[in-house]
Amino acid sequence: MDLYGELILDHARRPQHAGLREPYDVEVNHVNPTCGDEISLRVHLVEGPDGAGPVLQDVSYDALGCSISVASASVLAEECLGRPLADTLTTYRHLHAMLTSKGTDPGDPEQVGDGVAFAGVARYPARVKCALLPWSAYLDALARAGADISSASTSTPSAPTMEER
Amino acid sequence: MTWGRQAAEPFGTEELARIRADFPLLARTVREDRPLVYLDSGATSQKPRVVLDAEREFYERHNAAVHRGAHQLAEEATEAFEGARETVARFLGADAGQVVFTKNGTEGLNLLAYAFSNAAAPGALDGVDEEWADRLRLGPGDEVVVTEMEHHANLVPWQELCRRTGATLRWVGVTDDGYLQDPSAVVGERTKVVAVTHVSNVLGTHVDLAPVVAAARAVGALVFVDACQSAPHLDITGLTTPESGVDALVFTGHKTLGPSGVGVLWARRRLLEAMPPFLTGGSMIEVVRMEGSTWAPPPQKFEAGVPMAAQAVGLAAALDYLTALGMDRVEAHDQSLVRHALAVLAERPWVRVLGPTDPADRVGAVSFVVDGIHPHDVGQVLDDAGVAVRTGHHCAWPLHRRLRVPASTRASFSVYTTPEEIDAFAAALDRAPQIFGVAG
Repeated sequence: MDLYGELILDHARRPQHAGLREPYDVEVNHVNPTCGDEISLRVHLVEGPDGAGPVLQDVSYDALGCSISVASASVLAEECLGRPLADTLTTYRHLHAMLTSKGTDPGDPEQVGDGVAFAGVARYPARVKCALLPWSAYLDALARAGADISSASTSTPSAPTMEER
Repeated sequence: MTWGRQAAEPFGTEELARIRADFPLLARTVREDRPLVYLDSGATSQKPRVVLDAEREFYERHNAAVHRGAHQLAEEATEAFEGARETVARFLGADAGQVVFTKNGTEGLNLLAYAFSNAAAPGALDGVDEEWADRLRLGPGDEVVVTEMEHHANLVPWQELCRRTGATLRWVGVTDDGYLQDPSAVVGERTKVVAVTHVSNVLGTHVDLAPVVAAARAVGALVFVDACQSAPHLDITGLTTPESGVDALVFTGHKTLGPSGVGVLWARRRLLEAMPPFLTGGSMIEVVRMEGSTWAPPPQKFEAGVPMAAQAVGLAAALDYLTALGMDRVEAHDQSLVRHALAVLAERPWVRVLGPTDPADRVGAVSFVVDGIHPHDVGQVLDDAGVAVRTGHHCAWPLHRRLRVPASTRASFSVYTTPEEIDAFAAALDRAPQIFGVAG
């Protein structure tokens, strides 16, 4: 099946930069109430050189959930750690567009890096939320840290959930 | 009810083929032409053609607003709706006057819970005799008892009732192997309500209601039963007999081969008479003046607005379908499926089944975990093979916490489920350890 590529399985088995670290500015805890996936995520921002905007000095996490949500947290850390905040929001925008494209957007490796591994997830609406959980936590943490995340806004509605009675 | 279990036979191969032919959806394919293996009937069952036909017939021939209108169609619609109520009553072994149509099981449980907080309003219990008025008065010092294996629908409304009234919520625990602990350890002098499921939607545990009823009766507490997972599989007429000790039960149409949008509340007549209404508006009134209103007698008192007539008619067709199959045989069939599922999973030591290991104590469902593979991923692998199961906490989060698993995978059954489908499920499950590289 095309959902579980080697890249996703690798990240799920060996999540990169996992574990909660000090120092940090904000910690958030997000859950997917339909399935109980949970993530705790911390961000640590520092001012970049010459007013270039903040840099993500550290993003650390503790993820408990399915392979898609754990791998997504791993890719988030790998792609965003140490980069200017604005660049990480661009990555998010491209990844979000790919995940909510129902499979029509294969993803741009230049923009989303290992995130292209999640292109197959877009064809399974119930799993899109799993892939977006770490990113929702990340955006929430940035907002709570007082960062400007307006450039992350997407026009696509959020993914449907798989809840029922 | 277990007396039918020994006598009745499960459906044979030919009978099952005939039953399956009644369910149009089962013929479709999924995920690139794979035959559908639908093992999610505990979430919602598929519907036989007679149900779809009954709804269509109602809309094509008799549609009108029930209990209104001075014309022939209104008469026919009302007759169809009230006829459906009588069918439900027969299915329950009860009187039609004790049957309230709700939109689903959740609404029925909320109707019961809100009766207590609404009873606190001035004048709400006027005309109710003191014994019953007292049973509906809930406040600080009083206790509501649920169990740790409840679906959120039979937990959250009671949490909220306690929050509104100041009463205390207590719960009967669950053993490691998925049985209810001794209810008499929790039910006490202050208990006014005991709300319990008949069958766990996760573990399939067939709850022994006798000790629950005995503990509640000893202290004069009301007993409410969530029959959503038992009504599709068991003869539940024993719950409504005068000696059952059950004061009210709910079940839902869409899990019982019927349409969505219709559920049933059955309650003792005196309880129905004593409880204040839940939703108010048209249909449920006796006299309305600008200053205030009085209520119609039950069951109309609890059916505000134009009711779901077509769905009620569809539900009646579903219950007639089950009755024609014979609830003793429906139960025997479910037992044989549960036994088969437990047997094929026992051949796979990497699968850990949750709940009772004795199939005789189970109804309708088998939930399990595969260590090292999240249930979502298990469900995805099964889905890829055309096998539909439920994954997650199945609206029973506290139960999963109690069993120390974040989530589980559930295979659940209905009258159309075959042993071969369970074999196909097991074969598809074998791919999960291969894909995720855990010992299998």
